[in-house]
Amino acid sequence: MFELIGVPPQALFGQLLLGLINGAFYALLSLGLAVIFGLMNVINFTHGAQYMMGAFCAWMLLTYLGIPYWGALVLAPIIVGATGIVIERLFISRLYHLDHLYGLLLTFGLALIIEGMFRREYGSSGLPYSNPLPGGTNLGFMFLPWYRAWVVALSLMVCLATWFMIEKTQLGSYLRAATERPDLVQAFGINVPRMITLTYGFGVGLAALAGVLAAPIYSVNPVMGANLIIVVFAVVVIGGMGSIMGSIVTGFGLGVVEGLTKVFYPEASNTVIFVIMAIVLMLRPQGLFGTPR
Amino acid sequence: MLAAAAAVAAGAGVAHAQYSDGAIKIGVMNDQSGLYADLTGQGSVWSAKKAIEDFCKATKCHDKIEVVFADHQNKPDVGSNIVRQWYDVDKVDVVVDVPTSSVALAVNNITKEKNKVFLVSGAATSDLTGKACTPNTIHWTYDTWALANGTANAIVKTGGKTWFFLTADYAFGHALERDTAAVVEKAGGKVLGKVRHPFPGQDFSSFLLQAQASKAKIIGLANAGGDTINSIKQAAEFGIVKGGQNLAGLLVFITDVHALGLQTAQGLIFTEAWYWDTTDANRAFAKEFAAANRGNYPTMIHAGVYSAVTHYLKAVHEMKSDADGAAVVAKMKSMPTDDKLFGKGTIRADGRKIHPMYLFEVKSPAESKAPWDYYKLRATIPAEEAFRPLKDGGCPLVK
Repeated sequence: MFELIGVPPQALFGQLLLGLINGAFYALLSLGLAVIFGLMNVINFTHGAQYMMGAFCAWMLLTYLGIPYWGALVLAPIIVGATGIVIERLFISRLYHLDHLYGLLLTFGLALIIEGMFRREYGSSGLPYSNPLPGGTNLGFMFLPWYRAWVVALSLMVCLATWFMIEKTQLGSYLRAATERPDLVQAFGINVPRMITLTYGFGVGLAALAGVLAAPIYSVNPVMGANLIIVVFAVVVIGGMGSIMGSIVTGFGLGVVEGLTKVFYPEASNTVIFVIMAIVLMLRPQGLFGTPR
Repeated sequence: MLAAAAAVAAGAGVAHAQYSDGAIKIGVMNDQSGLYADLTGQGSVWSAKKAIEDFCKATKCHDKIEVVFADHQNKPDVGSNIVRQWYDVDKVDVVVDVPTSSVALAVNNITKEKNKVFLVSGAATSDLTGKACTPNTIHWTYDTWALANGTANAIVKTGGKTWFFLTADYAFGHALERDTAAVVEKAGGKVLGKVRHPFPGQDFSSFLLQAQASKAKIIGLANAGGDTINSIKQAAEFGIVKGGQNLAGLLVFITDVHALGLQTAQGLIFTEAWYWDTTDANRAFAKEFAAANRGNYPTMIHAGVYSAVTHYLKAVHEMKSDADGAAVVAKMKSMPTDDKLFGKGTIRADGRKIHPMYLFEVKSPAESKAPWDYYKLRATIPAEEAFRPLKDGGCPLVK
């Protein structure tokens, strides 16, 4: 059997597919961030904590109310999205007239508080959540668990639907217009503050959905989002802040790059994304899909 | 970050002992917020305070004994700064616990430089009693050699001859992988490959796939805490065990088993120094611990902190001084250890505390009768065989 840089091609296909699956998480999370930044100009550092809340919400629904995974998939994003709406109304909405930096600091502080509260209540080692789709199929070059296939399919669907809604529908055009000229859009009789609040809730709901998807395969613990959020921010920066399609394509693409690094030089797999970010920022500061502001 | 806690047992009578600055000050440093916070964290602080309480009940101590604690965030630079401040400014006499081997090795050096005392319960690397040993450090609860010796020997003997390692890429993982590979090869097994993952990691599927491709019978998990939990969870997802390969958790704590749930964790075999459901004294300790720690049961690290602090207090009490760290450690080494959790034991010249180790297997959900009833004992490794022979460690103090 021939080998490619010391790795048999079958193993390489497997790693590519895995990278794509991990990219699905990056895409879903960075999509939420891009929606919130693109339409609200808020750098939402609470995103990681909201992803964690999604996973915990799934656990709570199962443990306290007996609602299984499939129910949580719908309910958790709604519940966590609702908490996002409360946060937006109580805190973030007061900062719109200030610099981005204030929003960043506020959401970062909120993330620390939320994570601290969950750690105090549930400890750091995590909670068990069983896999709703055990088993899988042998693709010849790798064993593909059903659950991972489901994750990649659902994530792709949600990403494309979101893109379509924002870029191709009338609702999306209102949203985009409200970002550019909120006063003018308001003059046409559209309730801009409510639209922005709902946008934040939607972005948070996307984070929570990623959290529910993560619960059966990753350890459900209070810091699960803190580790991920930095990577996701790098994804958003590489894709271009606020670019919807950019965050989706970059999310999947970087998942693949990271997956390949795990084969060729695993020690560097958690830094490779930041190396790419540095290069992109040097050569194209607005990101791969962004437009200069 | 740096919080002072509880001055215990302030003497009513005249202080008769010569303690540096009039008090014995114990600093518990560990992970208070990250992935090792449940298996060390506030539980270790509680255990240190409990040891003081029990000691003072038994001996009517008239000394002022204080406990302070801090969060090193698993970062050697953060840990070094805290410990320097503790020694130089806050007059801390002894540092206890310190999980995360990279941090422990840094504290080990500073403690020697300042001639204080370092009692390791949390960290694993066997280098602390090997080439990095000092006259100021005692490694209390377990180490990578003991884990490897217990688990790898048992697995190779039952047919697990070929191994592939998933290793956390820092001092601890490297030491655990090295010590386990040595045991595997000595017992006639073979190491087919390894992959070193960033710490802390989240997705292990790529590494598991590499392990799967190696066709090794055993996948050795040379990692800990959340990394081990994620590895085991994802191995189940990828059908690793169904495919005929087995996992060897080289460092598993009871809190990890709790987080995985018995359904996923059942059948895992690993080595530990202590388990709560073995004697009445251990059960009583665990019950009290759980009441004070959100219902969590103590890990072997928590029990080790209790045992180490107890022995330290005995030694300083007899010497009536805590000023000279190396002298205190020498005194501790000269006295046999005896406490309600670990029973009788000794401390070797290289700083290794000696006691039996236990090979446990995780019960199936049907076998578990009560909350936290998770382990069944497979074998007891007697004290004299449980740790690396004195001559093999390369500790300069031994020559």
